[in-house]
Amino acid sequence: MASFIQLMVSGLATGAIYALIAIGFTLLWQTSQTINFAQGEFVMLPAFFVLAAMNMGAPYWLAALIGIALSVVILGVLFKAVIVDPMIRHGVLPLVITTIALSLFLKESVKDFYSSQAQPFPALVAPRDLHFLGAVVSLQSIVVLAVAVATVIGLHLLLNKTRLGRCMQATAQNPTVARILGIPVGRMVLYTFLINGALVAIASLLISPIYLAKFTNGEALGMAAFIAAIIGGFNQVRGAILGGIILGVLDNLSAAYLSSSYRGAFPLVILIAVILFRPQGLLGRVEERAV
Amino acid sequence: MLRTGFLVSLVAASIGLAGTAHAQQKTVYMPAILELSGAGAVSGTNFRDGMLMAIDEINKAGGILGHKIETPVLDTQSDAGTSRAQLQKVLDNNPYVVFGPVFSGSVLVTQLMTMKAEIPEIVGGEAAAITQKNASYVFRTSFGQQFSMPKIANYIHDSIKAKSVAVVWVNNDFGKGGRDNFTKEMKDRGINVAADISTEVGQADFSADVVKLKGANADAVFVYLNEEESARFLKEAKKQGIKAPLIGETTLLGQKVIDLAGGAAEGVQGHVGLTVDAPIKAVQDFAAKFKARYNYVCDHNGIKGYTGVYFVKYVTEKIGKFDGKAFAEKAHGITITPQEEPGILMEAKWDKNGDIDRESFLGEVVDGKQKIVKTLPMLSKK
Amino acid sequence: MKRFGPLSVAVAAAAAIGLPFLLKPFGVYLISMWAVLTIAAIGLNLTLGYAGQVSMAQGAFVGIGAYTVALLTAAGWPFFPAFILGGALCFVIGWLLGYPALRVQHHYLAFVTLAFNTLVFLVLRNEEWLTRGSYGIAGTDRPSLFGLSTDNARVFYFLCLAILILLSAATWWMLRSPWGRAFVALRENPIRALSLGLDTRRYTLMAFALGSTLGGLAGGLYAPLVQFIEPGSFSLNLSFNLLLMVIVGGSGRFFGPFVGALIAVLLPEWMRVAEGYYLIIYAMLVMVLMVFCPSGVIGLFEKAMKPKKPPAAPAAAAIKAEATPQ
Repeated sequence: MASFIQLMVSGLATGAIYALIAIGFTLLWQTSQTINFAQGEFVMLPAFFVLAAMNMGAPYWLAALIGIALSVVILGVLFKAVIVDPMIRHGVLPLVITTIALSLFLKESVKDFYSSQAQPFPALVAPRDLHFLGAVVSLQSIVVLAVAVATVIGLHLLLNKTRLGRCMQATAQNPTVARILGIPVGRMVLYTFLINGALVAIASLLISPIYLAKFTNGEALGMAAFIAAIIGGFNQVRGAILGGIILGVLDNLSAAYLSSSYRGAFPLVILIAVILFRPQGLLGRVEERAV
Repeated sequence: MLRTGFLVSLVAASIGLAGTAHAQQKTVYMPAILELSGAGAVSGTNFRDGMLMAIDEINKAGGILGHKIETPVLDTQSDAGTSRAQLQKVLDNNPYVVFGPVFSGSVLVTQLMTMKAEIPEIVGGEAAAITQKNASYVFRTSFGQQFSMPKIANYIHDSIKAKSVAVVWVNNDFGKGGRDNFTKEMKDRGINVAADISTEVGQADFSADVVKLKGANADAVFVYLNEEESARFLKEAKKQGIKAPLIGETTLLGQKVIDLAGGAAEGVQGHVGLTVDAPIKAVQDFAAKFKARYNYVCDHNGIKGYTGVYFVKYVTEKIGKFDGKAFAEKAHGITITPQEEPGILMEAKWDKNGDIDRESFLGEVVDGKQKIVKTLPMLSKK
Repeated sequence: MKRFGPLSVAVAAAAAIGLPFLLKPFGVYLISMWAVLTIAAIGLNLTLGYAGQVSMAQGAFVGIGAYTVALLTAAGWPFFPAFILGGALCFVIGWLLGYPALRVQHHYLAFVTLAFNTLVFLVLRNEEWLTRGSYGIAGTDRPSLFGLSTDNARVFYFLCLAILILLSAATWWMLRSPWGRAFVALRENPIRALSLGLDTRRYTLMAFALGSTLGGLAGGLYAPLVQFIEPGSFSLNLSFNLLLMVIVGGSGRFFGPFVGALIAVLLPEWMRVAEGYYLIIYAMLVMVLMVFCPSGVIGLFEKAMKPKKPPAAPAAAAIKAEATPQ
């Protein structure tokens, strides 16, 4: 039983990380039909901004702020202006190819201009372990979980309780009608890119102490976030957190009780089942967009 | 299409031309094909940096037989198909020897071609299969798994005196090869393998694996993972309070893993084939030079690259000419000591299959440093 | 396009036949790889470009074909029966993979096929009794044809080229048959196609099955070309790469995959003059290419040709439809 609780708790913590990354992924899809195959690399990169700033002598808090700012500018504004905007009217696939190329570009750039070696990354909180019903969980994981939940609540409030959020939702649901209603659609889309830029930077700060900063980190993270986003509901922010946690817990349970060499298969089977029988995701709405 | 062909030949020519461009000095073409991108990038980069350092030293001292070494480094993208293409590219320019690759799959595809072309290939691969295919032109720079695993097995049997053992391995050709050789050795010694746990490349969460380990309750745990995964595993093992000794082979006791794992690597023990912490002055001097030049701590692949070049230099000077066939004949069965060739760092012997024999070490992590507790003699000197 | 087309095809054909005599073995290997990947990309172009079914699993089919040939020839089978069986196996699996496409479309279909690709990778890696697992299979022999060995790189290239020509001719013929028109109808407006009495169900499955078959046949040539296969060669990366070839070449255009494969195989090689930075430059070029010609290289050509020829060809009309925002 203790081991079961251990698996659940660890899975929850890992799932929270996936969720944090999946939220931004979902947001971009909703407002701009961008399937960002570079999302994992987006999480890998800010850690190196922080490390670079610290190498230049900045203290951690300043470096972290610099990292978030650079991430919002480069992975938010620049990504939208240089890549997404010119391509968006040409359909989903050319943009998919571009983000795949972008992921290669980011990985290789970090490897060539920073280092191919994994780098230790300063932790946000002291490395302490907490005991809980016979299971052990690190303080770091709890912080990650708390930040992920807080982010989702914050986003939920933003989207549902503020005028800005409702404008963003309207843009996501039907840009044409939103435009007729006088909503500045372009600016709303930009906001989602800014939010994604900030989210990936926060995710990067939270997980790099656990995963270490390395140029290949994005591969596994991006795929996990992608699966989490789809299981939870590709068009719902709330869905992403459920998807992430299902994925984290399922991965642990299947590795422990079913087969460790097929641990990667179970989430995929669930993904296929979800798409076939509930394509809007577990928490998603049916998409009403007339394509 | 025609322009395509033109460009292809241009590219091909540019590689050949690089030799003639500074042709005032005679050169010898010894290209390297290495994993500079993709899954093997860390290993490939280390190998490259060690290799290039040796080449610079030799060139500064006048080269080999008065020829400067010319070594373009070609990236295999850690992919067998690309390795084959890159090897073909360098074979078209008649190399004397070829360095790399490190990934065993890539070695297996290229060694058939170098054998046909009668060109020695100095590889970093550790899979047992490499030297079991009668490829008479392949030479290792480190132990094959068929030699390193018995050493680990002896250690677990004789020093730890374990009756049961659990194996945690990374599920790729490197990890699978190690795991298969290891379980075979365990069976031979009558040690029960209580848990056999496969993990994924890039795996983030090791809690399930550690839970399984706890359940197995083995006397010792053998960990055979890549660097970052080793570090993540050690952190999780410490968190969940694994009591059994954690045994590793080379990677697990590397300084990189110790740094990455923080305190969690404390007490880890095992066998180290090649290490910059070896209690040998030449090796430590090399490590310091490497650190000064590249600003990171070299792993065993860096030593492989460095000593591989000196191996070629020594054999070539013995045969007195640049002849791949003569090289292979001479190199099989050769022993090189640091007295004769300081760059070899440690005495090394190559057998008729191209397998290497060296001293190796038993180590332990103490106070955030790898500490060598025992030096194992060369297999041929027992 | 009408005058330009045959001329460029003739030039390309002359180059495809003449080049191996000018190139060193490395160049011959590269153009053999081009021929093999073009076959797989033609298959994906059929599924994606013509029938509009997004598949991200083409790499898995290349893998299934490659493993079939490698395992059967290692067990003593001659090459050609193994090659054909590999294609047939992919036809059946492709047909089955088509079923999800009957329920979901577009990006959802892409996700299902993406998951399928990774599942195939896991099976190839884990089922060691069948596939030899992560050790891979080395030394698949090159086939001999009427007693003539294709061990020589140039001879093997011509075998690949001959199969490429044969399969593209078959595809060309099929696209001009009622089937091909049915595929396009499926892409343009599935509901109208259904209301016009088209059995969309059957054509959707067929689009998957035929595209996958070409992937499998490409794999059947990949195994003896590289002479070493391992599960990692057929992971998502290959599928992404094939998708890139189709889109960069020009999706839904017959010669798109030929150009796309040429770019994906040769461009990184040319960029190697930039040494360590070559992949960065390659990735940048792909992004630039996509930003400036999202309808691919062939699409760019068609656009360049269009002003001179006001009566739009059907293909040109298709781009126009694509270029207008939805």
